[in-house]
Amino acid sequence: MTAILEIRNVTRRFGDFAAVNDVSLSVASGEFFTLLGPSGCGKTTLLRMIAGFDDPDAGEILLGGKDLTGTAPERRPIHTVFQSYALFPHMTVAQNVAFPLKMAKRPAEEIDRRVREALELVHLAEKRTSFPHELSGGQKQRVALARGLINRPRLLLLDEPLGALDAKLREEMQIELIAMQRELGITFVFVTHSQPEALALSHRIAVMNAGRIEQMDEPSKIYGFPRNRFVADFIGHCNMLEARVADATPQGLRLEVPGLGAVAAPPADGARAGASGVLAIRPEQVRIAAPDAALDLQNRFGGKVRDFLYVGDVTTYVVDLESGARVEALLANSAPGRAKFFEVGDAVQVAWRHDAGAFLHG
Amino acid sequence: MARRRGERVTRWLVGGPPGAFLLLFFLLPSLIMIVASFRYPGEFGGLAPLFPAGPGEEGGLTTENYRVFFSDWIYFQIFLKSFGVAAFTTLVCLLMAYPIALLIARSPHQRRDLMVLLVVLPFASNFLVRVYAWMIILGPFDLLFTRSAVILGLVYVHLPFMVLPLYTNLEKHDPVLLDAAQDLGATGWSRFWRVTFPLSLPGIFSGSALVFIPVLGVFAIPEILGGIHDWLVGNMIKEAFLGVRDWPFGSMLSLMLTVCVLAVAGAAAWLAARGLQRA
Repeated sequence: MTAILEIRNVTRRFGDFAAVNDVSLSVASGEFFTLLGPSGCGKTTLLRMIAGFDDPDAGEILLGGKDLTGTAPERRPIHTVFQSYALFPHMTVAQNVAFPLKMAKRPAEEIDRRVREALELVHLAEKRTSFPHELSGGQKQRVALARGLINRPRLLLLDEPLGALDAKLREEMQIELIAMQRELGITFVFVTHSQPEALALSHRIAVMNAGRIEQMDEPSKIYGFPRNRFVADFIGHCNMLEARVADATPQGLRLEVPGLGAVAAPPADGARAGASGVLAIRPEQVRIAAPDAALDLQNRFGGKVRDFLYVGDVTTYVVDLESGARVEALLANSAPGRAKFFEVGDAVQVAWRHDAGAFLHG
Repeated sequence: MARRRGERVTRWLVGGPPGAFLLLFFLLPSLIMIVASFRYPGEFGGLAPLFPAGPGEEGGLTTENYRVFFSDWIYFQIFLKSFGVAAFTTLVCLLMAYPIALLIARSPHQRRDLMVLLVVLPFASNFLVRVYAWMIILGPFDLLFTRSAVILGLVYVHLPFMVLPLYTNLEKHDPVLLDAAQDLGATGWSRFWRVTFPLSLPGIFSGSALVFIPVLGVFAIPEILGGIHDWLVGNMIKEAFLGVRDWPFGSMLSLMLTVCVLAVAGAAAWLAARGLQRA
């Protein structure tokens, strides 16, 4: 895998505020790379610098090994799909899609052929003479995508492109995006604040917060092994229990959780006896069972159901432990038995494996 | 049902008074003018009676005014000259107003209101005073009583009518469209000609109408800055009513002007619609 985009120690300040703070990353050719973070984390500023609408105060951005500094946006082989689509309202669908080719001064018959192909790719062949205001949100999205892809940019930047779509359409577009990206082999840099979207679409994710990259890895690693409290909390749901390391061995950690007592956890880098932090454990790693059920698990605690959230495929139970701590546990509704397993107030036990969860410093 | 009737009553209450105003003071006078253009002038101005008191008395209806109009080249020439002056004035206004409007629309929000205020500020002083001021300015340059002086005055007075609609239009453009155009490879000129300009066409049309139509009817500016040798339609109409006191002839001229303006406006609208369809 060769890196097509390299960002080296890029910083961008607005007054005293560092919107992007010493960020380095590299994106491989053909990769679907996602910048994920809450609003204001610097992901859009970073994207604008890649596109050329803004310049870094320090550091450099390289495309295919060449420094992009000083290259105007219109000269960069990088196209953007904007959040608001930014379709030209006075042009038809075909004219919108043809725009980049026209700017590149391609011959008319080539433009005609490629526009036809691009519109077929996004299933809008019959809309070629429509104007943007006559299209639905999903159709506009496809036109924007076709327009961004038609001149085969080396990099396609997507700025929250699915943000304005309703849930069902969003999911459809996600599947189409993945298929399209794979088929065309164009490198995508995708910006979103939606973590399910990032997990579903990306080859790799950079989780950003306050201008820095908190963690950069494959979706499953980001979800399964969050490196710090921010990532654990931002990606998916997570139980966070304040903990202190009582004993650390290569086999695992023994944690002291106030109110719960001893909890076993998998080994963590640099965790020494006496260190304090949190035990992060996902609700789906926590089992919930009747008080008398025999569970062969090391971490086992009694409690009462405080609340539950039934969402069809699964139910999330909020359990108040005897010690006062609160833990969320997920139970798949496909399990045989009753539709609902526990009611509010039921005594239950929750348990998790000794190698589940992660101890995070700080 | 009751609610619907309530809405209908509200609609009449809101739309009624201004509607009645227009009917009474615009439509009715227009009809009176049409009829007047077919009548004879009164002996001392005004109109001769529609029904003559006796034989030998002048009165009734006639097409004489129209016959005179269509049989003398001079009227056609003055009309043509007026349309030429109006078109040229509109063009100069457009060329001058576009950069101003663009500048205001691309300025920071808090500065825009001040700039718009500056554009309309000349209206705060009397129109005649401003035109006479031009006499004083142009005198030393030997430009007074020339066609250039007239056009200068017309452009000066009508420029704000072009700036305001253009600004209102340009200000509404979504800046992300220019970002998108640039991102997709458009240079500065292409961004203007392919995005900003076509999107501003409605502003150009309304601004042009607001300049072109009033300029066709002006008489004060050509009279003050152009002298008696450079008459436009407006001067002719004014002279017919106030000079020779031939009301029917003035009504006829006025009506012909209205017809011509409508024809030009209609042609422009048709061309614009066709242009949009093709674009």
